[in-house]
Amino acid sequence: MSIGIAPPAYIGAPAIESPPAKSLWSDAWRRLRRNRAAVASAAFLAWISFTAVAAPVLPGLQDPTSQDLKLGAVAPSIAHWFGTDELGRDTFARVIYGGRISLLVGLVGTFVSLLIGVSWGAVAGYRGGRLDDFMMRIVDILYSLPYIFLVILLLVFFSRSLIMLFVALGLVQWLTMARIVRGQVLSLKQQTFVEAARALGAGDRSIIFRHIVPNTLGPVIVYTTLTVPAVILQEAFLSFLGLGVQPPAASWGTLVSDGARLLALFPWLVVFPGVALSLTLLCFNFLGDGLRDALDPQDRADVA
Amino acid sequence: MLSFVVRRALLMIPTLWAIATVAFFLMHAAPGGPFQAEKAIPVAVKAQLMHKYGLDQPLRVQYVRFLSNTARLDFGPSYKFPSRQVREIIAEALPVSAELAGWALLLAILIGVPVGIFAAVRQNSLADFASMAGALAGVSIPNFVLGPVLVLGLSLSLYVLPPALWQSPASRVLPVVTLATAYVAYIARLTRAGMLEVLRQDFIRTARAKGLTERAVVYKHALKLGILPVVSFIGPATARIMMGSIVVESIFAVPGLGRYLVNAAFNRDYTLVMGEVLFYAALLMSLNLIVDVAYTFLDPRVELA
Repeated sequence: MSIGIAPPAYIGAPAIESPPAKSLWSDAWRRLRRNRAAVASAAFLAWISFTAVAAPVLPGLQDPTSQDLKLGAVAPSIAHWFGTDELGRDTFARVIYGGRISLLVGLVGTFVSLLIGVSWGAVAGYRGGRLDDFMMRIVDILYSLPYIFLVILLLVFFSRSLIMLFVALGLVQWLTMARIVRGQVLSLKQQTFVEAARALGAGDRSIIFRHIVPNTLGPVIVYTTLTVPAVILQEAFLSFLGLGVQPPAASWGTLVSDGARLLALFPWLVVFPGVALSLTLLCFNFLGDGLRDALDPQDRADVA
Repeated sequence: MLSFVVRRALLMIPTLWAIATVAFFLMHAAPGGPFQAEKAIPVAVKAQLMHKYGLDQPLRVQYVRFLSNTARLDFGPSYKFPSRQVREIIAEALPVSAELAGWALLLAILIGVPVGIFAAVRQNSLADFASMAGALAGVSIPNFVLGPVLVLGLSLSLYVLPPALWQSPASRVLPVVTLATAYVAYIARLTRAGMLEVLRQDFIRTARAKGLTERAVVYKHALKLGILPVVSFIGPATARIMMGSIVVESIFAVPGLGRYLVNAAFNRDYTLVMGEVLFYAALLMSLNLIVDVAYTFLDPRVELA
């Protein structure tokens, strides 16, 4: 299986002191723009998202499901940039359409994990005491179960529809986010602006979600950027095992998995989707690293 | 120290109980059961089977019996392979997974740590950027892409290595390299970050000020602390790599623990799943304990409470 993405360096570190908010974000923006790898990655991701969204209306792009059995599998050529598969389907079109599913799964899965992880961590950290112990014990227990066991069970519960696959991936990804947010909240809730809010009569819910959560945004953004490639990778991994997206829909993982069976005969069927997947993951990781360097007020250009 | 280890080991018991309980009820709540094969079996036969394994009793009864058997480390026979005990299956797959994981982690440490140190002492040099970009690429290439590509290059084109199976020493090369790549890259990143953090501390300045060579500063003083993130990563990673190298196991037909877990979860082979899940959890917790003990040797500031 894959390795988790590095937890941000913020864990355990004191939360961001609050300098004038404007300068933190504009500083971060300036730092990010100077990071050429991050800018190039963002550009690549923007481009690949655009092709994914626009795929149905892209001029000249072939239908990814139209078969040409007489043609069969041919090597890359001018007519078929990435070649065709054994059913004569255009690999370039299949890679572009595969990106639609892979990117969508990354975004939806991450959104689900964000929703659960942030609320869970914020409530546990803010309430503290018994409730905190209890909630974090649940996180510990879920951490100790093999990932694949949880995913398979969730897929069984959810009868393997596409949307539910996305949700299932989010449901197993929120644990680290909950830990990060809890750590942040533990230190934030001691600060005077929270006391001020309470003195003004704000309720717990509004203190947590309107005052504390926005202040955890830096680490959350960084970790979110790193969760997207993790979810994409998990979906590809599941598809590789035959548990992911069901045909005729195909994600990059499905394409690599299908191609791997015909590896000796038609290597381009693995290489092109594999490169698309790897490049996308690489760009998300570069961008995440860049954001971490940019948003960390201490000069931490060195953190893994 | 001893009392710390004993206390932590005892604490593992209630945690394992909680994990066993969660896994047991999740497993049984999932629709389907162990005897719903593709080929429909006669109702009477199925009823007999259910009765034989006690699956016709109330869940509460099954749970209590499961706990008492587990407490005696008896997981029973596998439902899918009725002639074999779960314990035997684990005992058979464990050495394979352990060997695969062992070689991969050894390779990861032997390459990743030196690269990380190298990059840290030359921070912001071209070599640093190049090796860290390489490391990020290594983290980003999924092993199910890397595996087939390596097979294509080294087995099917150049015929230097066997493409699959777990037999001769040569057949171990591709699975180990495929599995190790991401870990090499990740450990290089962790080492670099850890070393940079340490190298700017006061005691390093003191060491330099008293005239130590740069080599002694880096290897004798900084490395011991700079390696800590790697140590705490290796612990849980060992457990994960043993149970979770499913992709590598299936690409290269390696008979390890991961594939048994996936198949068992699919077939609702309750006993085998529970055996593997609990084995994994116990392994994970033991390794975390070892990491905590190792910390005291590496970092004199850490005291076991």
